[in-house]
Amino acid sequence: MSSSRGLNLTLKIWRQPGPNARGEFRTYEMKNISPDMSFLEMLDVLNEQLIQTSEEPVAFDHDCREGICGMCSLMINGQAHGPDRATTTCQLHMRRFSDGDTIVIEPWRANAFPVIRDLATDRAAFDRIITAGGYVSVNTGNAQDANCLPVGRDRQEKSMAAAACIGCGACVAACKNASAMLFVSAKVSQLALLPQGEPERARRVTRMVAQMDKEGFGGCTNTYECEAACPAEVSVSNIARLNREYLRAVVVSEEGV
Amino acid sequence: MSSATAINSGSSRLQSNAPTGDITTRWDRHKFDLKLVNPANKRKFNIIVVGTGLAGASAAASLAELGYNVKAFCFQDSPRRAHSIAAQGGINAAKNYCNDGDSVWRLFYDTVKGGDFRARESNVYRLASVSTNIIDQCVAQGVPFQRDYGGLLANRSFGGAQVSRTFYARGQTGQQLLLGAYSALMRQVDLGKVKLFARREMLDLIKVDDVARGIVVRNLVTGEFESHTGDAVLLATGGYGNVFYLSTNAKGCNVTASWRCHKRGAFFANPCFTQIHPTCIPVSGDHQSKLTLMSESLRNDGRVWVPKNPNDSRSANEIPDDDRDYFLERRYAAFGNLVPRDVASRAAKKACDEGFGVGETKLAVYLDFRDTIKRDGAAVVKGKYGNLFQMYAKITGEDPYSTPMRIYPAVHYTMGGLWVDYNLQTTIPGLYCLGEANFSDHGANRLGASALMQGLADGYFVIPYTIGHHLATSKLPKISDDHPDVRGAVEAAKARVTKLLGIQGSRSVESFHRALGKIMWEKCGMARNEAGLKYAEQEIAALRHEFWNNVRVMGTGEAFNQNLEHAGRVADFLEFGELLVHDALTREESCGGHFREEHQTEESEAKRNDADFCHAAAWEYTGGHDSFTGEKEQLHKEPLEFENVHLTTRSYRE
Ligand SMILES: Cc1cc2nc3c(=O)[nH]c(=O)nc-3n(C[C@H](O)[C@H](O)[C@H](O)COP(=O)(O)OP(=O)(O)OC[C@H]3O[C@@H](n4cnc5c(N)ncnc54)[C@H](O)[C@@H]3O)c2cc1C
Ligand code: SF4
Ligand code: FES
Repeated sequence: MSSSRGLNLTLKIWRQPGPNARGEFRTYEMKNISPDMSFLEMLDVLNEQLIQTSEEPVAFDHDCREGICGMCSLMINGQAHGPDRATTTCQLHMRRFSDGDTIVIEPWRANAFPVIRDLATDRAAFDRIITAGGYVSVNTGNAQDANCLPVGRDRQEKSMAAAACIGCGACVAACKNASAMLFVSAKVSQLALLPQGEPERARRVTRMVAQMDKEGFGGCTNTYECEAACPAEVSVSNIARLNREYLRAVVVSEEGV
Repeated sequence: MSSATAINSGSSRLQSNAPTGDITTRWDRHKFDLKLVNPANKRKFNIIVVGTGLAGASAAASLAELGYNVKAFCFQDSPRRAHSIAAQGGINAAKNYCNDGDSVWRLFYDTVKGGDFRARESNVYRLASVSTNIIDQCVAQGVPFQRDYGGLLANRSFGGAQVSRTFYARGQTGQQLLLGAYSALMRQVDLGKVKLFARREMLDLIKVDDVARGIVVRNLVTGEFESHTGDAVLLATGGYGNVFYLSTNAKGCNVTASWRCHKRGAFFANPCFTQIHPTCIPVSGDHQSKLTLMSESLRNDGRVWVPKNPNDSRSANEIPDDDRDYFLERRYAAFGNLVPRDVASRAAKKACDEGFGVGETKLAVYLDFRDTIKRDGAAVVKGKYGNLFQMYAKITGEDPYSTPMRIYPAVHYTMGGLWVDYNLQTTIPGLYCLGEANFSDHGANRLGASALMQGLADGYFVIPYTIGHHLATSKLPKISDDHPDVRGAVEAAKARVTKLLGIQGSRSVESFHRALGKIMWEKCGMARNEAGLKYAEQEIAALRHEFWNNVRVMGTGEAFNQNLEHAGRVADFLEFGELLVHDALTREESCGGHFREEHQTEESEAKRNDADFCHAAAWEYTGGHDSFTGEKEQLHKEPLEFENVHLTTRSYRE
């Protein structure tokens, strides 16, 4: 429900004109922001104001604005996707903030996610990790009837819970080591839990982990900041499974890897 | 755009190439008649796929598996973020796993009827018959569809059907299907058969000797213009719902790729067939940047109502059943809350127009789960719809477990699109169009859970067969990057960007987009009439004129510039919107999502005019490529024949 009392806010936003340019924080005052606005709608308002004063609008990635595409990606007061649990930046609403607040807005910070401009980063490293093995090798037309292989409901639900990852990169941004373990574990778990993923199980995990290391993501030291930041509530138990899968692949698997 | 339009009936430019005879064997016979490219030759062909949603990703992966070299393009930073990711409710398939009377024939019948008899029967039958293969394919890829305790696949029901044939993965079906297609695509990237071009926006089509041979894209990170040539171009660029500004589509959804192709000669069919989804979260204020869908699956368990007394000031829970009007159940006994979308949307609008709306704006109706929660318990409801309820709570700050949701219709899907024949080829040889971007299978109204089905049918099971015929039967000499037609298209795209940046006016792109959306929604939304549409045509032309004289686009063309991207898309919407309105004006009947107030029954239901409008309206642009004059749109008609599902008035009452 709309409220007549708007919020007055101070924004400190990271501005960086290009990948190799120097960046800095700039301060903007916002007046009378409706608590019903989403966080990104608040930035839309800012951008309209900037255009009127001939300053270039703030660049930030977004698309679906309903928490599923994984495009939005802001550090808000030092927290990936802001203060709400299980919530993407685009689903965060201004009613979460109070009149007079100062809000610091930065891009994801990780060597593997270089800044493109202002708050937008390059997350192609994630695509390259999936390319290394995040799939089942089945050509179109080869599939048997979908009900030939029953999958226990418990497994299916665990697999789905891992598959829910939206590929946003908040786990990396939240981690002091910029580790991508939660992201990688989500895909490895999804497929390791299903019979369809079985034949390539060892090859998948070894190749994905090798690519992850090559991209320059850090190691995991079990601080679980990733889980706390993850909008899709991907559980760190998947990281344990990833470790088991990896061990199994390098130690006991007979599958050629 | 007025009286000047010439009308060609059964135009020779519109060869549907749909087979005739027994409908159940048409696709098989057609596949046999198509020429094949032999396996060793496939690697000699280069195919350009624009769009990596369900349609584009499935097509790119399947074509690469066959051996073709594929280049895949999207404007997001990753193919996995295409708007298909947002689909919630599910995907239809005639598996009849529920043993409740489903069949390919019934899915075909429901889709033709649901589309209000404005789709091509041959296409719809093919869609229904490959639907079952889609589920098999997705499961094999590791898509974790919902299952029953025995481990077999579960189904739910959706609007417009009386059987349960919808497969789903929580409320995230589109996400899981897209990630499946994306994984197949990335596997081909790994194998070197697909080259990926993310953060690229297609700005023009390259035609050589009247055949589609490539595209011009802008690299959105560096601002560079690139030309890519090949032997066929596939557009799978999604729908144009954002011409209304507010819609359930992602912010980047646009008509640019289709529209640029239209201006190069591809006919645009039925642009006025747009779908308004009945269950969306209502607008909360002027800052609103998009609307959020609450999946249609909610109508399985939620009951739609308004107070019987328009001045009832009690909160929803205090209003007893006797004082509630469950208007869908009352008006449509047989389908109740599960009537098709167009019917449900108009009923909600009618209730609000008559003053029965609820909430602060009075532009909402209740969707109430009280009875289901009482019957099945909150845990069961949470299991089925948990993420949707959570989304609702995040956006509105209200708890739908204890207070009914407030919902209102919003623009959601576009049935119109580039005209394609049975092979999915547009009127430009070598240019194909798949998924929501084409017009082919849903007629005047799409049934829930059928868009995902169509996108994947097109990509996995239709285009891999039909494209071979073009490649095997056409002369396709190699095109170099300095071919005059390539250079010309690149220069035209560059000039447009320079022009946009050079205007330096005083009004923002966003404000033009909002203004256009307001005209479209008010005059060409859920209900349309002649006076309103004529007014809208003039208003859009005036707004377009102002845009090209007074828009302020910030920054430069040589950098990441979202304001410039938006400007290009709005410029195209400002042309396309006029065609949409003109199509609505020309179609003097009501059918499916197109409701002309002049054409309704006494009970306010849509009244079709089969004598004069049983056709697809395909518009040809004959004006200059750089400017737009609505008068240069010529209408061609593809007559539609219904041999298998007989033309009747749709009724969801008994
Ligand atoms: C909120 C929501 C929920 C839905 N739920 C359902 C459902 O439950 N069941 C169902 O069947 N359907 C549903 N739909 C409809 C369905 O999701 C879409 O119709 C379908 O996914 C469209 O797929 P597509 O592949 O045609 O296009 P999209 O997925 O929209 O993909 C378009 C692609 O084209 C690219 N592109 C666009 N323009 C350009 C350009 N100019 N240059 C380069 N690339 C470009 C984009 O980057 C993207 O990759 C829903 C739709 C919405 C909005
Ligand atoms: S695991 Fe969570 S935080 Fe990491 S990319 Fe996936 S959704 Fe984002
Ligand atoms: S914009 Fe899609 S998840 Fe936020």
